[in-house]
Amino acid sequence: MGAEQETLLYVGTLDLFMKQIGRVVEWNGEQIAIFRDSGDNLYALENKNPHPKGGPLAEGIVSGHYLYDPLYDWKIDLKTGLVQAPDTGQVKVYSVKIEDGNVWIGA
Amino acid sequence: MNNNKQKLVVIGNGMAGISTVEQILKLSTQFEITVFGSEPHPNYNRIMLSYVLEGSKTLDDIVLNDWHWYADHGITLHTGTKVAKIDQMSKEVVTEQGMRVPYDKVIIATGSNSFILPIPGSDKQGVIGFRDIADCNQMLEAAKTYKKAAVIGGGLLGLEAAKGLVQLGMDVTVVHLMEDLMERQLDHQAALMLRHELERQGIKFKMEAQTVELLGDERVSGLRFADDTVLEAEFVVMAVGIKPNVEVAKNSGIEVNRGIVVNDYMQTSMEDVYSVGECNEHRGVCYGLVAPLFEQGMVLAKHICGVDTAPYEGSVVSTKLKISGVDVFSTGEFIDGPEHTVIVSKDDWKRTYKKILLKDGVMVGAVLYGDINDSAELQKLIKQQTVMTDELYDTLMGSGCCGGGAKKTASIEAMPDEEIVCGCNGVTKGSIIEAVTSQGLTTVDEIKACTGATRSCGGCKPVVEQILQYVLGDGFETAAKEGICGCTTLDRDEIVAEIRTKGLQTTKEVMNVLGWNEPEGCSKCRPALNYYLGMVYPDTYEDEKESRFVNERMNANIQKDGTYTVVPRMYGGVTTPEDLKKIADVSLKYDVKVVKVTGGQRLDLIGVKKEDLPKVWEELDMPSGYAYAKSLRTVKTCVGSQFCRFGTQDSMSMGALLERKFERIDYPAKFKMAVNGCPRNCAEACTKDIGIVGNDGGWEIFIGGNGGIKARLADSLCKVKTDEELIEVCGAIIQYYRETGNYLERTSEWVERVGLEHIKAVVVDDLENRRALMERVEFALQQAEEPWSKMLNDDSSRNKMFDTVELKG
Repeated sequence: MGAEQETLLYVGTLDLFMKQIGRVVEWNGEQIAIFRDSGDNLYALENKNPHPKGGPLAEGIVSGHYLYDPLYDWKIDLKTGLVQAPDTGQVKVYSVKIEDGNVWIGA
Repeated sequence: MNNNKQKLVVIGNGMAGISTVEQILKLSTQFEITVFGSEPHPNYNRIMLSYVLEGSKTLDDIVLNDWHWYADHGITLHTGTKVAKIDQMSKEVVTEQGMRVPYDKVIIATGSNSFILPIPGSDKQGVIGFRDIADCNQMLEAAKTYKKAAVIGGGLLGLEAAKGLVQLGMDVTVVHLMEDLMERQLDHQAALMLRHELERQGIKFKMEAQTVELLGDERVSGLRFADDTVLEAEFVVMAVGIKPNVEVAKNSGIEVNRGIVVNDYMQTSMEDVYSVGECNEHRGVCYGLVAPLFEQGMVLAKHICGVDTAPYEGSVVSTKLKISGVDVFSTGEFIDGPEHTVIVSKDDWKRTYKKILLKDGVMVGAVLYGDINDSAELQKLIKQQTVMTDELYDTLMGSGCCGGGAKKTASIEAMPDEEIVCGCNGVTKGSIIEAVTSQGLTTVDEIKACTGATRSCGGCKPVVEQILQYVLGDGFETAAKEGICGCTTLDRDEIVAEIRTKGLQTTKEVMNVLGWNEPEGCSKCRPALNYYLGMVYPDTYEDEKESRFVNERMNANIQKDGTYTVVPRMYGGVTTPEDLKKIADVSLKYDVKVVKVTGGQRLDLIGVKKEDLPKVWEELDMPSGYAYAKSLRTVKTCVGSQFCRFGTQDSMSMGALLERKFERIDYPAKFKMAVNGCPRNCAEACTKDIGIVGNDGGWEIFIGGNGGIKARLADSLCKVKTDEELIEVCGAIIQYYRETGNYLERTSEWVERVGLEHIKAVVVDDLENRRALMERVEFALQQAEEPWSKMLNDDSSRNKMFDTVELKG
């Protein structure tokens, strides 16, 4: 997690999250969308659509490590938060740690 | 930090300045760039303001470069800041607030202002120009309060403004000084056709009228003309022209005529100061259109970066009116004089007009009305000063002879790389070819996504297509075969056949076995496969929530702010006082923002929070209205024989019965029905997927109607005598559509693709087949469950899908 100071927040167990269906985690008024891929990998992104009109991300369609956003169908890389061409932008990404089925996110 | 970089200051954050900056960024990294804009917005596409007014685009849609773009390129942007002058002595740009920014080079791109007539009263409230977002907002505001508007000026801008105001519900009169509309772009004939068409669209005209005074106290109340007549108007848009915004240049001692005087490399009279776009004057011409600014910008960018370039020698301008449904185009010289040879074709039936002007055999100008498919071609031919030949004449004026294809690619070949193909977005032939070859593009849509060409008005689409064809050659045809999405080359029929013959059971299996190039598909194929599998195996297929679009997964319609709309069922559009009371109570309790009656006779509860959805459903205790689904949405009904004096059939009961019977299962796309008690057709059967009209002896069934984006009137399929027959035919139609329709294909498209006669043979005439279809749809219906109560009974999924996890920090 690099040299920067990061707080690890305990989220709960992995089975809180359905495969390929996003869920919102709220912390300090901040909304974080957590996505589980078709396996046991989790990704955490700021729940804010990078499209100029905004909106949530959590309800998008997950394929591999990509998300198709629910409102405008932009394709977003869950690993980096980068919006895929032809659209542009980036979503803030949080680190995720999974140990023995327990989940933490770095904020 | 960037001490070795040259400082470039751009005055003006509009299309001219920023497109020049874009060109510079492509050529060089030698500049540290600062941009000043007087408006509080990032750079936007001014020529698309008409679409904003018209309502087909929002302000956000027309932003060209958002805030990130400036940051990503290290550009310092000062919005809402006016530059006062350029100080040549200290080599600094000075703002009105006194900020001083040193420069090595300056580009003045201050554009132009609306020309406001110098007549008494033009400073009254409610009198504006039409230039920027602020004007656009004022018009949108005014339309809410005022009824009568006048637009002074029947040119391009005036007509677009007028159309926008009509669209906003105002009563609009266009006041024009001349006899013809757009007299600087159109000839008499085309102007007349245009005026008739616009009158049809609700715009009024007062021609050959000179406005001498604007009446009213503080706010404008009317116009007085030279003949002393008066026109009432509470809102006036002046669109009589533009004048170059030369203030900065003037204050700085730069030579100004009508515009800022520049040479062929866009240099002004002051060293290291350039000017581009509508604010300048080149060889005595001030341009008020978009294409020249791109051409100027390209020459300037190359010059300023020290790249060899041909000089700018002026632009052949062309005009396209941006009003939906009105296609007008003109380019070059179009008013015929004695020196011209004129080729004209006019067709009153199709309302088209085409005129090409020749001078000594060379094409010098053209006017098109109604059909502007040839506009890009003509523009190019005229720009290249092509000599008219028999062969060209045949292709342009249509002699009925074929063989134009080869010639078209040849003309693409001859087109220079730096020629601008898309005038709206400044995309050159070279950059399109570069994108196609380096990224392997095969469709116009991909080119649009990648380069922006065709993204605005779309007029250049034919040329873009030809370029694509030219680059791909033989590959063009094969590349055109597309699968249901980018993940596969298979089409729907092939996929469904494979599912059936290979017995494929899940989307993952389909994607694996049929060699998808994305192992988990995309947002286009996953929902489609989910549908096809459910259709093939109604009893055993386990629906994949994760392959459903958000609305269907959440059983409510998502709105742009992330809240949802909940719509309970009202079978046949009928409800009860008890249910209404419940709806009102729940709406109050959960702070619903708006309760709206839909076009399908139901109630939308708009603005429900995601986490409240299960509670709202539970307390409503009504079935889901499926307002979100690719399924049976509504069955609209009239009052019918129960109460109507004309009613011959009980439409309310039949509508409710059909809705109860055929709801909940998936269809290829949304599906709407209507039942009418008599041929007066009050429930509008002609725009429904299935429309039913009662008559004295039974029912008539219509199919394939649509009132939406591709409006289509339904076709009469058959007449039936009994209710049983009616239900069976409806069931057969529904099942046949479910089995043969492409995912997302409405019946209006399906009927045209499959053919009405074929459908009639399968679902009406072939009784055995009709029964078999009915049996299959009944079987599917037996498996269906009410989604709201199902979700309420599934604690685990409900929590995971609707509840937020709260963390403690």
